[in-house]
Amino acid sequence: MSSIRELHRQLVQKERSAVEIAQATLEQIQTLEPKVHSFLHITADRALEQAQQVDAKIAAGEEIGLLAGIPIAIKDNLCTKGIPTTCGSKILQNFVPPYESTVTQRLINAGAVMVGKTNMDEFAMGSSTESSAYQLTGNPWDLTRVPGGSSGGSAAAVAAGEVPIALGSDTGGSIRQPAAFCGVVGMKPTYGLVSRYGLVAFASSLDQIGPFGRSVEDTAIVLGAIAGHDPRDSTSLNVEIPDYASALKPDLKSRGRLRVGVIQEAFGQGLDPTVEAAVNRALEELKGLGAEVQMVSCPQFRQGVSAYYIIAPSEASANLARYDGVKYGYRSDDAPSLLSMYTKTRAQGFGAEVKRRIMIGTYALSAGYYDAYYLKAQRVRTLIKQDFETAFAQVDVLICPTSPITAFKAGEKTDDPLSMYLTDLMTIPVNLAGLPALSLPCGFDDRGLPIGIQLIGNVLQEGLLLEVAHAYEQATPWHQRSPSLKG
Amino acid sequence: MPVKLYLSTYAYQTMIDQEQVRKVAHLARLELTPAEEVQFTTQLNDILDYFQQLSELETDTVEPTTRAIDVSNVTRRDQREPFDDREELLEAAPDREGEFFKVPQIMGGE
Repeated sequence: MSSIRELHRQLVQKERSAVEIAQATLEQIQTLEPKVHSFLHITADRALEQAQQVDAKIAAGEEIGLLAGIPIAIKDNLCTKGIPTTCGSKILQNFVPPYESTVTQRLINAGAVMVGKTNMDEFAMGSSTESSAYQLTGNPWDLTRVPGGSSGGSAAAVAAGEVPIALGSDTGGSIRQPAAFCGVVGMKPTYGLVSRYGLVAFASSLDQIGPFGRSVEDTAIVLGAIAGHDPRDSTSLNVEIPDYASALKPDLKSRGRLRVGVIQEAFGQGLDPTVEAAVNRALEELKGLGAEVQMVSCPQFRQGVSAYYIIAPSEASANLARYDGVKYGYRSDDAPSLLSMYTKTRAQGFGAEVKRRIMIGTYALSAGYYDAYYLKAQRVRTLIKQDFETAFAQVDVLICPTSPITAFKAGEKTDDPLSMYLTDLMTIPVNLAGLPALSLPCGFDDRGLPIGIQLIGNVLQEGLLLEVAHAYEQATPWHQRSPSLKG
Repeated sequence: MPVKLYLSTYAYQTMIDQEQVRKVAHLARLELTPAEEVQFTTQLNDILDYFQQLSELETDTVEPTTRAIDVSNVTRRDQREPFDDREELLEAAPDREGEFFKVPQIMGGE
């Protein structure tokens, strides 16, 4: 799979047309889908139409941007006008959005070619993409294992070489954890950097959209295209967006001092020793690149899971109240009254994990429990945020594993929700604090499964994260390996 | 109630029983099967028990965080922006009558 810059060069030098690239991508998807099952919908007609428009521009001698003619996959919780958007849920099986999300509109404007919508945990609630109402996605490195989640379809599509880039969403790790499991780069930007307009809401104070790529540079190019202020999202930040990709340098020599902090609470109980070893090796490599590495403490880091699994389901229970069978989506047809129509529609339309989270959230917000759960969790959220503030007074970048483990077997954790929740231990605190973070490959375990390292930055430090990640990537071989997709 | 041995540092207590699960499901407008009620009672107890670790933290003087990155007082002009395809919105509804969304009987019956 070629990089964005290589595909761009081929287009500009007229070695290949955008239509040829789109066709080759669609053929590749057709070959690999029976194994990987990354996609819920493949949008071949629209892809070829968008590609033709790019070719027309090239033929007319117009200058094209870096993303023009580049195939991209979109997570199925981003509204795409005229194209089904199911959120991996039966309740939205027939939903075709009448409008376009801001991020997909920006990609259209940039000439990117959407080839399909990817599989995901239902309403982005899950860490393995197994809660999708439609299909199981395989991890391209071992098809009997999960790709991570909730953006598992997007991560698997990029890892398998079905597409060069994809979009996902990240509420508690849903971009970074599948990026780690699938051996690709995935980034969650600062809360508010990317507009959430048209993203189906899960937990509004935590949700962010972000890119997947095979390389840091490709990831940076996509981030630059989707970031920026949007009056349609009141939490959107009105800040200047730097040219992330152009700022990347082959090493850290021109940077001056770079202080890297290792979060000590991320190590210890529950951490797979092979993951720990790979992260330690990566820290040595960063030292070799000139970084000063020190241990730092975020004392409440491990309390994040509890705070998150109160806050996120609480917000979800309110956000998902809209699925009532009235205005769109599924409606139960055996309900004689309005109330029974609501309860039956939701009972039949939602899967087990979504129901479980609606139950937790409704309970946590109900009279008599609000202070003990929701308010308590929000206070702990403050403590977690303060820990990061203290840490960033000492260092420029924080590092820890992305996930305590590598990809697990399909079905291994579906009966034990709590053990599934704990796989998000390292990514959750970042969402609670609204910070930017990315996962990039830093090695493989003894089964040949990818290991991800997480780089966390202070507010709006995406550029620094990408710079450090790019320098590390250039100095290490991990991103050059591809899955064989046998079996 | 299924009896469960908790090997944690917290004393075992039932956080939520089946009757409460039924009540919460009603608040959430979810019809649960008897099997789901039993399963959710066990699972919610496990999860709520895990949450107990938060009670060890002293937070009385800590302000709650509602949003991580605060952008307050975001205003815009109160201007109408008509959606140009009303028919498409109505067409998406499971049931309609003319230009109205149609729902089952609201009054009486239960």
